[in-house]
Amino acid sequence: MSAMPSIPAIEVQALGKRFGDFAAVSNVSFAVERGEILGFLGPNGAGKSTVIRLLCGLLRPTSGRITVDGIDVGRDPEAVRRRIGYMSQKFSLYSDLSVLENLQFFGGVYGVPRQAIGERIQDALRMAGLAGHADTPVHALAGGWKQRLALGCAILHRPRVLVLDEPTSGVDPLSRRRFWDLIHDLAADGVTVLVSTHHMDEAEYCNRVALIDRGRIVALDTPANIRRRALDGELVEVRGTPLGRLLEALAAYPPVRDAAVFGNAVHALLARAADEAPALAAYLAGRGIGEVAVARIEPTLEDAFVRMIGRQAQGAGGAA
Amino acid sequence: MLERIWHILVKEFLQIRRDRWARFRLLVPPLLQVLVFGYAATFEVFGVATAVLDLDHSQESRALVAAFAHNPHFGIVRMAASQREAEAAIDDSSAAVAIVVHAGFAAALRKGQPAPLQVLVDGTNSNSALIALGYVGAIVDTYSQAYQNDLLGRINPKLARTLVQIRLDERPWYNTSLNSRWFFVPGVIATITLIMVVNLTAFAVVREREMGTLEQLMVTPIRPFELIVGKTIPFFCIGLALMTAVTLTGTLWFRVPFRGNPLVLLLGTSLYLLSTLSLGLTISTLCKTQQQAFATNFFLVNPLFILSGFSFPIASMPAFLQWLTYANPVRYFIVIIRAVFLKGVGVAVLAPQLLALAAIGAVLMGVATLRFRKSLD
Ligand SMILES: Nc1ncnc2c1ncn2[C@@H]1O[C@H](COP(=O)(O)OP(=O)(O)O)[C@@H](O)[C@H]1O
Ligand SMILES: [Mg+2]
Repeated sequence: MSAMPSIPAIEVQALGKRFGDFAAVSNVSFAVERGEILGFLGPNGAGKSTVIRLLCGLLRPTSGRITVDGIDVGRDPEAVRRRIGYMSQKFSLYSDLSVLENLQFFGGVYGVPRQAIGERIQDALRMAGLAGHADTPVHALAGGWKQRLALGCAILHRPRVLVLDEPTSGVDPLSRRRFWDLIHDLAADGVTVLVSTHHMDEAEYCNRVALIDRGRIVALDTPANIRRRALDGELVEVRGTPLGRLLEALAAYPPVRDAAVFGNAVHALLARAADEAPALAAYLAGRGIGEVAVARIEPTLEDAFVRMIGRQAQGAGGAA
Repeated sequence: MLERIWHILVKEFLQIRRDRWARFRLLVPPLLQVLVFGYAATFEVFGVATAVLDLDHSQESRALVAAFAHNPHFGIVRMAASQREAEAAIDDSSAAVAIVVHAGFAAALRKGQPAPLQVLVDGTNSNSALIALGYVGAIVDTYSQAYQNDLLGRINPKLARTLVQIRLDERPWYNTSLNSRWFFVPGVIATITLIMVVNLTAFAVVREREMGTLEQLMVTPIRPFELIVGKTIPFFCIGLALMTAVTLTGTLWFRVPFRGNPLVLLLGTSLYLLSTLSLGLTISTLCKTQQQAFATNFFLVNPLFILSGFSFPIASMPAFLQWLTYANPVRYFIVIIRAVFLKGVGVAVLAPQLLALAAIGAVLMGVATLRFRKSLD
């Protein structure tokens, strides 16, 4: 992809957005190549939606510049919007209209040519798995179908860039999987996709992910690279009861570089897991923790994210 | 552009058609209000329970009793045989009014002397009692005039006819009370239309903002002005239909006369709707949630109503408030609708009001369009 010198589908330079005194987005820069899927990953309030809205021209940046297909969003937002298919994080269909009426409305206002609209609506229905349900009112659809229909509406005008803000939130795992299949199909056709999520596991579906925390990009790389680089050590999963005492004991143990609760276990970072694990188990047993079990695990993106944000916070705390 | 507006229109009408609650809100309360106001504003009663005691037993007294019997305002429930029976009918509330024709009634009439007629009224419902007394007065008046004419007629028939005709011209009906209804119903129509249109328009936009679909619309090629046109036309149509429905109720049911040209009313209504729709749109650009819109409407619509001259004369307001009324579309429309209904005047006379409405509409529409940017900032 990067071998061919071409304009990136999306280019963001030193983007900043303040709401009053509050900096929701600070100094964000990234570029997305054609046909690439870039994931925005971060907790609620990190600033994902704000970046996405800036990109669609729905908000005006305090600083920085955004271009889509080489077109400056600040200068010609309408031209940019014509190239973008957008799904906002709120549910964005008319639930009192039927499936078909929604498609007809969005096709109509996007100016899809009359001779093409019928076929594209059929495509969208097939893609959403709603063929034969054209007259169903949208409020009667389950979450997964709604999201696929919203995607169908957002691509009726065949945009080259797709911007999806948490399209899979509130959708069951199977439907999420299906939704990502659709995104991959679109990307295979050359559509550039920017998609935000707070489901860490979904990052694995992206070509690259940007980890966003408190308005900043803290890492931007392929999921594999992020996992590898973020952790300066090896990860073990530690089980034991009670969980609270376990976490305290681990945090107080010098060889443990970092410890965080994941489910009903604690993930701890060690320099060399194989050498240090037996001593760790003995230490915990000595602190009165029962049923101790220590096992080496492969880090997930979530581990990486937690570690990176922890380092950021330490850095910020030290500087202040 | 027209294509996009068309698609917005289709969508809006579909949504209104689907929304049963909106349909209910659109139709029932306005008609109900016209009915309630129409009745409350008339100080008119029908079929007042009446007891009659005729102690004279003359041709004249029978004619007078017949006049009451034929009048729809009275319903004779009892022919009493004695004064005590007539009073008892009032006491036990079986009659609200008792009319007693004393002996010597006819004799006095024939001599041209005051012929005493006793009227007993149930004072516990003072309102309808007073109204009933008014009717009694009217009936007795007519009766005595007719009697006089009759007497004169026997002397000189020509003179009698002229007199009768003159009286008919001067006092067509004895229904000063009806006039208050005539005066009220058009005003009610104006204010109901205001409340409905402002509410509907404001909510139509704010609901989309709250649901999140407005954000979706902003990324489409729809221009602000297209959205505004698409959002206003349906409510303009609804407003016109509403006006027609309540106007028909007023004229057909309450028999409020319609003396003017319907086209003049249509013009006035259109300009009025334009200004109220724009007001609703302006509110919608200021509010983020339906709750805010509701509160804003509430705080705006009441002063508009009070400062309209509908129920409180503008001339008796403090000067400052009088100035405020000039910005109130309701004020102008009340003048227009009353004038068209009751006076039948045309565009020439109403030009100041029509122009004022057009100006208010244009200013508010401008404000709404300027404020309605495709931006969430
Ligand atoms: N219009 C706004 N006015 C003020 N603050 C806002 C506005 N929009 C977002 N924020 C704040 O900016 C931060 C980032 O929000 P957002 O971009 O929605 O986060 P995310 O999508 O990652 O959950 C949050 O703290 C949020 O409260
Ligand atoms: Mg968000």
